[in-house]
Amino acid sequence: MSEPILEVRGVTFGYGGYGGELVLDHVDLAIQPRDFLAIIGPNGGGKTTLIKVILGLLRPWSGEVILNIPRGRLGYVPQFSTFDRSFPLRVRDVVLMGKLGRRGLFQRYTREDREDVDRILERLKLTGVALSHVSGVSGGQLQRVLIARALAGDPDILFLDEPTASIDAESREVLQEILAELNQRIPVVVITHDVTSMAPMVNRIACINRRLFYHGEEIDQHVLEEVYGCPVELVAHGVPHRVLHHHH
Amino acid sequence: MPSLFDALSYEFLRNALLTGVIASVLCGVVGTFVVVKRLAFLSDGLSHAAFGGMGICYFFGVNPLIGAVAMALAAAVALGAMDGETVRSYDTLIGVLWAVGMAVGIVFLYLTPGFAPNLTTYLFGNILLVSRQEILLILAFAVVVLAILGFFFQGIVAVAFDEVFAKVQGVRVRLLMTLLLTMIALTVVVLIQVVGIILVVALLTIPPVIALMLFKDLRGVMVCSVLVGVAVTLGGLTLSFYYDLPSGPAIILLGAALLAVVAAAKKLRGEAPRLLPMFRGE
Repeated sequence: MSEPILEVRGVTFGYGGYGGELVLDHVDLAIQPRDFLAIIGPNGGGKTTLIKVILGLLRPWSGEVILNIPRGRLGYVPQFSTFDRSFPLRVRDVVLMGKLGRRGLFQRYTREDREDVDRILERLKLTGVALSHVSGVSGGQLQRVLIARALAGDPDILFLDEPTASIDAESREVLQEILAELNQRIPVVVITHDVTSMAPMVNRIACINRRLFYHGEEIDQHVLEEVYGCPVELVAHGVPHRVLHHHH
Repeated sequence: MPSLFDALSYEFLRNALLTGVIASVLCGVVGTFVVVKRLAFLSDGLSHAAFGGMGICYFFGVNPLIGAVAMALAAAVALGAMDGETVRSYDTLIGVLWAVGMAVGIVFLYLTPGFAPNLTTYLFGNILLVSRQEILLILAFAVVVLAILGFFFQGIVAVAFDEVFAKVQGVRVRLLMTLLLTMIALTVVVLIQVVGIILVVALLTIPPVIALMLFKDLRGVMVCSVLVGVAVTLGGLTLSFYYDLPSGPAIILLGAALLAVVAAAKKLRGEAPRLLPMFRGE
């Protein structure tokens, strides 16, 4: 096995400082160069928290995250709520911000940056809305805008938080296409409630409910039930058999 | 009744117009950040913290501008150093800052022997009493603030828009946020010396809100906001000249009237004014 892109070692974290509520309990996770990892688990189970720790947005109580790539080469597609959609920016300006990590504080965006952004917009079928205000695009388009912004930074790994929540069919299709294509080069990590829509690409699944319950290429009903604490017929249903262990 | 042309032969009126233009340009740019980042209350808080610094300087016989700048910068740096997650509690902190700053200022002014300027001058200022030196002072500050904002423009916009993403990219979020707050503080402090707190807050908020309803990209909003600010200031001064109204309030009320007209026009055309989602906190 090649060297992992990043490793999470014994990460423990909770909100509200030490003695607060424990959200992640000794989580270990290694992400390999060709991974397409789906992170699943119940609401409040710590999925988003884990990603935030990996991204350096939250500092773990104990344990560490070892990056074998430069910080700033981590691509992040958050859920909608991290910014204010009434901010006066056009779609193209938002995507261009993905270039900022590559520029120093004093440098301006170059013409190459703008051309690259236009190419990315085209790949994500966003050329038509490039000059629209961010508040004027649909949920699915906005999701693609966020992906385009992450891609503009030319990341070495891409994290997506619930990318399929509330998006239209066209966006879903574009999303699957682009993620499959990206995964030829870089690992992709997706938090999702909807493994089905990602199923053809997913090659590893991690289940998180405070602890990391399972992390591997196969998953079975027993593990899912342990994570969710109740029967999860629906979750497992429709997941292709190559990621699903035989039912007992 | 003298014509406006005759009026321009008065130096005080020329100074007032010039001050209004400089203040409008500065506030148009800085105010756009204040409005989109919802920092109006913060600007107000900084201005009152500055008042505390001024009071202390009066008491010790030092130039009050020094105290005002020092106090506002200290407050801006302290707020900027705070975690983004703590931003929500800014609201309360600013309230405390506001009250304590005022109290400190009033106590020291009270203790200052002999002449001390009264509170009304500080609150309302008087754009008609601006001296040539004061114009040079605000011009110098305006140039510095605009140059710094221009220099770090792309970074500041990215941080203002999405702090989380900027941080993931390795952008120095705290530094840029502190820089933005510092520039807001300088703008507020220098302008209140000249035109008073209330007119500063008005120029920081009314023109950008109007511009936000008309334009959808940041540069457009800034340019429009500057132009609206200049128009409202000149218009307000003209009204105050002809109808013998207090100049600051005339400027503010003209701005408010324009805001109402633009919002109503947007509504009539069936477009929801964009300021509404901003206040809904979508």
